[in-house]
Amino acid sequence: MLYRENGQFKTSYAADQQIFPIAQDRWAILAIVAFAFVGVPLLVDEYLFRAILIPFLILALAALGVNILVGFCGQITLGAGAFMAVGAYAAYNFHIRIEDLPLLMSLLLGGLTSAVVGIFFGIPSLRVRGLYLAVATLAAQFFTDWVFLRVPWFTDNAASGSVSVSNLRIMGWQIDTPVSKYLFCLAFLTIFALLAKNMTRCAIGRQWMAIRDMDVAAEVIGIRPLFAKLSAFAVSSFFVGTAGALWGFIHLASWEPAAFSVDRSFQLLFMVIIGGLGSIMGSFFGAAFIVILPIALNQFLPALGGLFGVSISTAGVSHAELITFGALIIFFLIKEPHGIARLWSTGKEKLRLWPFPH
Amino acid sequence: MGFFLETLIGGLMAGMLYSLVALGFVLIFKASGVFNFAQGAMVLFAALAMARFSAWIPEWLGIDSRFLANTVAFLVSAALMFVVAWLIERLVLRYLVNQEGATLLMATLGIAYVLEGVGTSIFGSDIYKIDVGMPKDPVMILEGTFEGGLLINKEDLVAALVAAILVGLLALFFQKTTTGRALRAVADDHQAAQSIGIPLNRIWVIVWCVAGVVALVAGVIWGSKLGVQFSLVTVALRGLPVVILGGLTSIPGAIIGGLIIGVGEKLSEVYLGPMIGGGIEIWFAYQLALLFLLFRPQGLFGEKIIDRV
Repeated sequence: MLYRENGQFKTSYAADQQIFPIAQDRWAILAIVAFAFVGVPLLVDEYLFRAILIPFLILALAALGVNILVGFCGQITLGAGAFMAVGAYAAYNFHIRIEDLPLLMSLLLGGLTSAVVGIFFGIPSLRVRGLYLAVATLAAQFFTDWVFLRVPWFTDNAASGSVSVSNLRIMGWQIDTPVSKYLFCLAFLTIFALLAKNMTRCAIGRQWMAIRDMDVAAEVIGIRPLFAKLSAFAVSSFFVGTAGALWGFIHLASWEPAAFSVDRSFQLLFMVIIGGLGSIMGSFFGAAFIVILPIALNQFLPALGGLFGVSISTAGVSHAELITFGALIIFFLIKEPHGIARLWSTGKEKLRLWPFPH
Repeated sequence: MGFFLETLIGGLMAGMLYSLVALGFVLIFKASGVFNFAQGAMVLFAALAMARFSAWIPEWLGIDSRFLANTVAFLVSAALMFVVAWLIERLVLRYLVNQEGATLLMATLGIAYVLEGVGTSIFGSDIYKIDVGMPKDPVMILEGTFEGGLLINKEDLVAALVAAILVGLLALFFQKTTTGRALRAVADDHQAAQSIGIPLNRIWVIVWCVAGVVALVAGVIWGSKLGVQFSLVTVALRGLPVVILGGLTSIPGAIIGGLIIGVGEKLSEVYLGPMIGGGIEIWFAYQLALLFLLFRPQGLFGEKIIDRV
């Protein structure tokens, strides 16, 4: 009743092409963003920032990157963790080796380095696809794991192998409280999400989707597979690398290669599958889901067990977490291959007709 | 020379274990086109089942004989793997017929997580030992030929023998039995096989059962060598480059690929590792596989039907 576009006439191309053609959507998104920037810092306590909101924002950014590659360009990757690691360590090296380099610059340079590495490991995609490509990206994963563990130059010869950053400031603004960290990540995510959305709507995004849907046909109509695939790898790795740099700098502050292990790669892939392949919105849903689920299980399973007189140990909860993840992935692949994002848009379609469906 | 040969033999032994895991991959891929990421989880699950049952069964049934208890435990674990195979077909694969390879791959990732979770919640997540009575003491051979001779684990020899017997049995099963012929038919062409009346669903269950048994044997061997622990899951990740190297559709490829990777890892670790920092066996196999993907994507022995892009 409230959510319908009756009477909203589009009188210009700009109005027809905008991201949210329905006015209610536009207002809702604006309200959400405004609330995220203004309301959340006032309302939320420190624990929630550290445990949920900051990881969510950063992982959503990484999931956006993975979604560009897997969901939009159809190139499966199991090496997202590697590109996060490259981003984080590259940003770290820029940060400590170049005097007075602004924080923003080192983060973005980390992302760029990751993009270059991404292009390199994307080269096999010109030759193979599907599961073969998955193995090629795993090669990236294991190689970077080793490099950052064993080559001391990258960790500035740290004896323990872990690196840390401190005293982060951007234009005189100290990023040390959870609120400032949250706002910093949120700003990043907002800009990058807008960037991703627009990129997938324009020529390059359509090229990616053409390659994804049928590469031979795409080539026939004049899309260069080399450019399309490598650009998807580059953009995706840039996003993932920047997210990695944020994860290291802002969320962890001190980290070692294990923070970006192959489990992280799987986790990012699951976010994209559960959230929705080929959907910007889906990356957010997936990230939120995967960040919140373990915490929710931790909170509720023991309580639920108590209800039935069974005590569930911490180990039991982590097993339940594994099982739930696995089962959910299978469930989504079978029942809703387009993920939560599809459920969301189905819901919106229904809402437009409510309360008088056909 | 003696040291080189020892490294070589050590590599061959490790490679044989990779071959066993890769064999599971290849069996399933040939029959159903599924790239089974859950093979590592199946190895873990089977090894956990074997370890626990061989401890529980003497308590439950009061069997004193180590050998008898192990045999019963092995059979029970095999039966359990059959159930797992049936459930996987029934609950997952049935609904994903004719999907893209990548979708199936992700589904097996899901299966892997469920198996890990279920396995560790039933059997516990401690480190267990499997004692199947393999001889532990090393022997010296060829003392006359080299100075110092060669030091070889008897255990490795037994394991190699078991693996060889398993491969032989599989070859017999595939070549000589009616079911084996049906399996090969399905591997060649799903539709043609179905049109002459081969029930695809049953074939898939059988193939997953066989892969389960292979996983069980691999799990028992790894487990008795290194103990049963969660890290067995990563065995699957070590097995991936093997199948790329050997070719996804070739059983001899899986075995030879495994041996090459095993030897390559050990030799590179020993001779190349000190130069560039050590620990390179983690990625050596993958870089080798990456090279193969670039220049010979079908692997050493695979059929040349890979999608060219």
